[in-house]
Amino acid sequence: MMLDTPETPENAEDAPAEEHGDHGHHADEPSYLVYGKEKGFASFLKSWLITVDHKRIGIMYLISVLLFFAVAGFTAIYFRWELMTAAPDVMSGDTYNKAFTLHGGIMVFLVIIPLTPAALGNFVLPLMLGAKDVAFPKLNLASLYVYWAGAALLVYAVLGGGFDTGWTFYTPYSTTAQGPITWALLGAFTLGFSSIFTGLNFIVTIHKMRAPGMGFFRMPLMLWALYATALTQLLATPVLAITLLLVAMERIMGIGIFNPDLGGDPVLMQHFFWFYSHPAVYIMILPAFGIISELVAVHSRKRIFGYGAIALSSVSIALIGFLVWGHHMFVSGQSELSGVVFSFLTFFVAVPTAIKIFSWTGTMWGGSVRFNTPMLYTLSFLFLFLIGGLTGLFLSTMATDVHLHDTYFVVAHFHYVMASGAVISFLGGLHHWWPKMFGTMYNETLGKIGAIIIFLGFNLTFFPQFVAGSRGMPRRYHEYVSEFEGMQYMSSIGSFVLAFGLVFVLCYLLHALFKGKPAPDNPWGGVTLEWETATPPIEHNFHHTPVCVRGPYDFPEIDESLGNGHH
Amino acid sequence: MSGVPFGAVLDSVREGSFWMPPDASVTTQFVDPVFYYILGLTTFFFVAIVAVGAYFAIRYRKRSDADRTHPSAGSHTLEAVLAIIPSILMATIFWVGFRGYINLSVPPPDALEIRTVGQKWFWTFEYPNGMVMNTSVENAKLREEAGLETGLVVPIGQPVKLIGHSRDVLHSMFVPAFRIKKDVMPNRYTSIWFEATKTGTYDFFCTEYCGKDHSRMITKVIVKEQADYDAWLEEETKNSAKPKSGSELFAQGGCTACHSLAGVAGAGPALNGLFGRDEALADGTSVKADENYIRESIVNPTAKVVNGYAPVMPPFAGTFSDEELDTLVNYIKNQK
Repeated sequence: MMLDTPETPENAEDAPAEEHGDHGHHADEPSYLVYGKEKGFASFLKSWLITVDHKRIGIMYLISVLLFFAVAGFTAIYFRWELMTAAPDVMSGDTYNKAFTLHGGIMVFLVIIPLTPAALGNFVLPLMLGAKDVAFPKLNLASLYVYWAGAALLVYAVLGGGFDTGWTFYTPYSTTAQGPITWALLGAFTLGFSSIFTGLNFIVTIHKMRAPGMGFFRMPLMLWALYATALTQLLATPVLAITLLLVAMERIMGIGIFNPDLGGDPVLMQHFFWFYSHPAVYIMILPAFGIISELVAVHSRKRIFGYGAIALSSVSIALIGFLVWGHHMFVSGQSELSGVVFSFLTFFVAVPTAIKIFSWTGTMWGGSVRFNTPMLYTLSFLFLFLIGGLTGLFLSTMATDVHLHDTYFVVAHFHYVMASGAVISFLGGLHHWWPKMFGTMYNETLGKIGAIIIFLGFNLTFFPQFVAGSRGMPRRYHEYVSEFEGMQYMSSIGSFVLAFGLVFVLCYLLHALFKGKPAPDNPWGGVTLEWETATPPIEHNFHHTPVCVRGPYDFPEIDESLGNGHH
Repeated sequence: MSGVPFGAVLDSVREGSFWMPPDASVTTQFVDPVFYYILGLTTFFFVAIVAVGAYFAIRYRKRSDADRTHPSAGSHTLEAVLAIIPSILMATIFWVGFRGYINLSVPPPDALEIRTVGQKWFWTFEYPNGMVMNTSVENAKLREEAGLETGLVVPIGQPVKLIGHSRDVLHSMFVPAFRIKKDVMPNRYTSIWFEATKTGTYDFFCTEYCGKDHSRMITKVIVKEQADYDAWLEEETKNSAKPKSGSELFAQGGCTACHSLAGVAGAGPALNGLFGRDEALADGTSVKADENYIRESIVNPTAKVVNGYAPVMPPFAGTFSDEELDTLVNYIKNQK
């Protein structure tokens, strides 16, 4: 879809003097991964740490996020080991509480929120737009450093004894409990700014830096999804910041906002908290919708079914997502009337989500579906997210939520949505863009085996939790009544399989990174702009500003003679 | 852990159905039909979508590089149909869920009212005649040794309204067999109701995370025939009128969850050897641990907090009578 523009004074400045090929190969121009290497290791490292290149920032985000993913994952394995039996045997109650808090806190604030937007998104967004970089490259680097600072505060809180409030920081527990909770609050507060910086950058970049010819409705759906995510990051995160700051002020100065002893109201905290944290669910899931939309179209060689519906449903989910926070609070003591209104509004989010599922499934119709690793993750996502979405109906319905609230049913539901949504789609996206990011191919057979192990491990881990929950097992229990032992045992075995699958994927990807075969510029036959540049891309992405002349899914295989496609 | 066979899964579902715990209250009729209605619809759509997806993926799998694909980019008609059908079904789900919730929220006017107090980490039930059932782990153990049952004892066929309140952080009342749940808070009352339909013993859980012993904040609902209940209440009321010993009161207050009598620091300081000692306080001053200090630390614990500990102990003003406080202070005083 990209054509080199004729030389104009504007872009002639950027273009090197020598001849260039159709795909922008320049033998003498190093890729973004290696430029600066010739001056020695110290200066090469510095060239990464002070880079304003969105691709390098994306890779550094990727490494940081995966590091924390590993920490949170091992923590989960540790407490799944405890939960294999009803009696407390592996760790104390205190340690268990700190462990699940650590897992939740790291997964939400340090992994899933930045996972796709800041790591993958940073890498692909300007490339897909045909831009040289994001609108504010220095702000982009600042977001990474703010992320590290926030992470350092959280790590300090963990090393300083750990904290056991749960990632939800519910008051008055969080304002009265012992431990370095204030540091953890400040860590989450700081991480919010990193998220805001990224969101702001993406919104401006999408508005101002699309390639010539790329109207909003010619953007790949990944960009629509990142746009909707960025809107949510920008509008919701400040509310979390305010809430966490108020909790910290209550702890430090004894100002009564949420603690009834001081004249505050704990339910107010829940309102504030979920006003952010429900939209945050969409910060985590919308990028997944973007990835899946790209993958299903590219690997089915089809135009996406209902482009407009998917694009606009992302934005409408982001907006309606601000009006449903009270569905976390049906049994919290908020008024019955509020419960009714929030339940009603929640179903309005379900409709656009259902439309997306239909669209992805329908995209495969009449296509040429390749069963490669990215597509296996896509199918895996569709299966798991379908379960996650459908089980959400039990929780948005008030009568059933009364029974299921704060049980393992909820734990299973949000892992099917968050872990399948964010992590499985991320793995699909990582395998899809891996050749572009690192210029090497991974082993396709190992890739497929990995995807299948993860799929099986995931279901074995989380499906039994639905049954444990609907039969009444509360969440956040260190020991439990023996009736639930069988289901918890299965779940733990599943988590070991899942962990094995993830380590397996890590191993062959590391192998591919150093020993993999060189990747072609466009291994999947994608027609979006990121496939038109060199692999791995050069520092400035494109030698010439590309021009967008076709839709993002106008593949050469499409047989226009078959008739009545519209788009 | 090696002793857990997968057959335990089957054992565990013998009570109740596969998805649901035992059904022992009229309130289950407001939840279970809604649950199975949603389960039916979602199972249908799950199977249908997976079947269609699998069919498409296999039927339209790539066969060769010469494959040509259909130019379709969607169909507004189909999209509209696929939006409207789920919308209608979701409206029906909302409606049945709404009706069930309202029924769960409105107790019958003749309900027996039992005050339910949550605190770290036990429940206390106060009956209309003033009898107080304390369910702390330590108290339950003492009662068991004396051959007494501990829990929320209620008569069958009688609507019961639990009026919930917390002495410290948030907790939540949850009885899976009755399908009822509500958070309890320090600054307002909340309530749930049920009417037991089967005699037996059912779990009563705390489902709002509340710290160290959250998973031990569990007790039982014991449903009895009316005559058995009346006899039980009379007996318990008589027992509760008898003065209790210091060790009984110490167990009843759940004190041992945080305070050791053997010199081990817990969430609170150990209490043996306390009397007569100078305690260093968090504000830098110190206080001589006399009777007044011990009494104050029970009824208003945050007034003087020992250095190195957080002000997390709930006030026990109102939990113990004046005579009981005297007994308790004397008991602590004598722990060497």
